[in-house]
This record gives sequence, structure tokens and C-alpha cells, in this order.
Amino acid sequence: MSGVYVILEDRGGRISRISWEAVAAANIVSAQSGTKATAVVIGAHTDALAKEASTRGVSKVVRIEHPLLAQYTSDGFTAALEEFTRAESPDYLVFPHSYQVRDYVPALAARLGRVLIGDVTAIGDGPVFTRQLMQGRLSGNYKSAGNGPCFLSVQSGAFRADAGESAAAESSTFTPTIDAAQIRTKPGEPFRGTAQTVDLGSAQLIVAVGRGIREADNLPLVQDLAAALGAEVAASRPICDNGWLPIERQVGSSGQTVAPKLYLAVGISGAIQHLVGMKGAQCIVAINKDAEAPIFEVADYGIVGDLFEVVPALTEAIKATKQ
Amino acid sequence: MKIIVAIKQVPERDAQVRIDSSGKWIEEADLQFAMNESDAYALEEALQLKEKHGGEVVVLSAGPERAGTTIREALAKGADRAIHVEVDDLHKRDALGAAQLLAAAVKPESPDLILTGLQSDDLGYGQTGVIMAELLGLPHATLILQVEKTDTGLTVKRELEEGWFQNIELPMPAVLMIQSGGTKLRYATLMGIKKAKTKELRKVNAAELGQASASTAALEKITLPQKQKSTQIIPGSAKEAAATLVEKLKFEVRIL
Repeated sequence: MSGVYVILEDRGGRISRISWEAVAAANIVSAQSGTKATAVVIGAHTDALAKEASTRGVSKVVRIEHPLLAQYTSDGFTAALEEFTRAESPDYLVFPHSYQVRDYVPALAARLGRVLIGDVTAIGDGPVFTRQLMQGRLSGNYKSAGNGPCFLSVQSGAFRADAGESAAAESSTFTPTIDAAQIRTKPGEPFRGTAQTVDLGSAQLIVAVGRGIREADNLPLVQDLAAALGAEVAASRPICDNGWLPIERQVGSSGQTVAPKLYLAVGISGAIQHLVGMKGAQCIVAINKDAEAPIFEVADYGIVGDLFEVVPALTEAIKATKQ
Repeated sequence: MKIIVAIKQVPERDAQVRIDSSGKWIEEADLQFAMNESDAYALEEALQLKEKHGGEVVVLSAGPERAGTTIREALAKGADRAIHVEVDDLHKRDALGAAQLLAAAVKPESPDLILTGLQSDDLGYGQTGVIMAELLGLPHATLILQVEKTDTGLTVKRELEEGWFQNIELPMPAVLMIQSGGTKLRYATLMGIKKAKTKELRKVNAAELGQASASTAALEKITLPQKQKSTQIIPGSAKEAAATLVEKLKFEVRIL
């Protein structure tokens, strides 16, 4: 039977958080035809993953199992899902937009003559899929065309996962025929870059700095502000890429995810890679000279102005009020 | 080692982009363009590999005539020659359509390595390298920060989420999608800019590279993003705005 399939991701033996958001998105798509999505788990031994998935609002669970799927490789996962897709002819394959999905789903779709509609933030009637363009300054509406399955991946935080438990769905196993020679890459064990000495995740107040600061010599400006507030200093990727602040202070998809009471973003335009790491903050304040910067779309308070004037003034005002 | 670097010209960061009258693309008239950021890192990686191991760096770019300036910039930084796939409606192609063009241009070159940036800063599909690898039948790796040549192929450092990394071994030829920040970018020297003018820049018309498959992911309409929150924009001079914000932080957010 065709239908909507959602491919869940294994993160250290558990289903990743964003996978549940993909389930929610898949159920929006499947609701248009009055059904529920089927969950798919992939690995060498998937009993635990399948059990975890079975009670989370899906109609069925498919376990794609093979010893060569023990560790993720693009070649292994592409081959397994290609075979599965050819056998099942799904209408939709929905994925979380994770680094892993970005690594293999474009190849999988291409092998089937299709294209992944990636990083989807909203699903409308039609269905119409919305994704960001121009670093979040614009949105694009996409429709799937032609024959064959529609491949979608959904942006982290864009869909609300359903936390409720449902009756356990039945599971079945699909065994692909993968040959070791098909897997051309040899992945090593994951490792951490540097010892983590700053735990931004538990910080209550964060002052974060981005490209707008222009050079390393200007950093004391935000460090003074953070000191006045009693906040931790964080940064967007370019600041850490330049080596101006250590990578452990980086917030975003490749850095830490934070949820402080206050996130004060200074000179950060708000590319999605950054937003996914901080949009859970209770209050977001943005200071940026560009009134159209995407950071203002998630901010509670905004000051459109020159950070080199606003930040010192703010530091002074905070010091004055604390005295 | 023969390395092809696929780069894209995109609107400059912080450019004010406006939706055009078709509602399907942006006004290009007054826009400034630049080399896509992660592609610049791919080029840098290629130039460093050539410095270490010798060989040739060939720049490949698909785009309209204006892309020529970005290609010249890459030549000025040290690439040996360039291929410009001339196409005026690149934005109308989906990721597969764009990758088909590039793969067709790469094929006769038989490179040892193909590098490209992780994602374009305009359409942001982030798929070109992976699809090229698929179309060319080559192994690939994405989100790469470091590349080392070994006796049997390559060892690359791949970025994972939340501060984790992983090394991957793969044979050559291969396709790598480079993440920003793995290395320092160089500037073009005056000598480099001078030399670039005499370097080979071959133009290929997209039509010569075969029929593109019909788009299966059609961009129907571009809109302004929907606001996720109602933002209070605080007016006034720097000093006034700072004072107002402190009041808000005190009485509304209650963190002071």
C-alpha cells in the first residue's frame, strides 16, 4: 500500500527529538488523505527503536534491518531506502532535516529521479511546502510535481511533536539486500572537538554576538554588557570560525542549543542555523542595524540601530539600574 | 591531483532582496553579488591541497553572465582555469536540474576530487554536491572541515551536530561538500588579479550539456516570511532605546 512514511533517526540508541517533529509533519500530510503516517526505523537491531516509535501516533512501524546498517553510511542508507521505496511506492517520505538526512537523502531522491524538498517550515493545503530562501529573508512555496514519491525534510523546531502516547502500532520487518562492496566510505567513531568547559545550556542570561561586531578588538563591548547583566557570552558561527571566541560558545545547529530566560542577540542577522539553537529562549532581544534581519522575526524586543552606540548605552543603563 | 571546485555566485550577504514582479524570483537589477561563503571555503581547501600535493584546480560555476566576476575572483585567488556553464534560469531548476548541469560539465574532466560548498546562501538547497556524486557514481561526504590525502584515498573530518565530529575514510575520486570555517580564507593578491586575466575561462552553454529533467520540486511563489512573534521595536536614540529596554527587562521580562 502507498501512503506517508516518516523515517526516524537513531541518536545514541533513542529516537532523536526532531524525528518526533517529523512525525507531526507527516501526520499533517497524511491527514489530508485521512490516514496516519507509518514510522520507519533503520539499523542492524531496531527492536528498541521500533518499540519507542510504536506508541507515538503512527499507524504502523517498519523496521529496515540489516547488519550493514549498524552504523550510518550514506551508501548503506541510500541502498536500503531505495529498495524499500521501490517495493512500497510511498506517496511521501518525510525526514527530519538533520545532518544525516542532508548527507544521503538528496542522493536517494536523485536515484529515483526525484528531489528532496528540504528544510520545510510549514505545510499548507495542496499540499504546499514552505521553506526559507535568502538566509531566512524570504520564504518560498514549493509543490511536488511529476510522478513518484515526494521527499520532504522538516526543519528542527518548525513542527510541534505530539507528546501523547497512543496504542502500540504493529511492526513489520523489511530486509534489504545490501552488499558490503556497495559501501564505499568508512566512518569513524564520533568524538568531541574540545573539552566543554562552558555549559550555555543551563545559562539563564546570554548575550550573543555575531558578524555585526566586525572585528575581535570590538568584543569587549559585548563582554562588558554581559558582565553588567551577569550573563554568559555566546556567539554565532562566523565569530567562532574566525577564532575570536572558542567554539564551545557557539550557539546553533553545529554548536549548543540554549533556552535561557533572556537571549540578547547583538549584530546577529539570524540565519536559521543560528535560530535553531536559540529560539527556545523565553525572551529574545535583538540589536541590529538591519531592520529586515531575520532575527527580528523571532525577537520579542528589537532595537534597530548601530550596535556600537546602542550596546555601550545599554551597558551604562544596566549598571545604573543595578546600583 | 586534479580538483574541480564548484562555486556559485549569490546575492551579497546583507543585500536587501526584493521579490520581483513574477513573484517567483528576486529583483536582480540593483543587487551586489559575491561568491557563496561555503564555496569560498571549498576553493580555499582546493588551493591548499594543490599547494601540498601539486596538480590543478579547476573552477566550475553555473550562472548567467554576471557570474563571470566571481569566477575571475576564484582565478585571482589561485585557481588554474575555469569552466562557466552559462545558464540564465538557474533559479528555475531544482537541485537535481542544477546538479545535472554541473555533473555533465565535470564528466569529461575526470577529476580526482570535486569540492563544493555545503549550501548556497540564496536558494539554500544544500544538495548539489551530494546529487553530483550520485550522478557521477562517486562516493561523497558532507559538512567537511578538513581534508587529508592518504595512500589509499582521503581522510576527512566531518562535522556532526552539537559539537561532535567524525573522521571518514573514502577512496578517490570523491565529492566533498565543505563546511565554512575549517580554514582561513586567502585574499587575491594584485599579482593574482593580474594573472587571472590571462587564465583560461571556457564558456559552455547549458543547452550543450543535455536536456535537464523537468523540475519535480517547483518553486511556485516567493513571499515575505511570516512573523513568528510580535516584536516590539523600541524607538529613539541609542540612549533612549537603551533606557526603554532596561525598563522592559525590569518590569516585563523581570530579569533585572
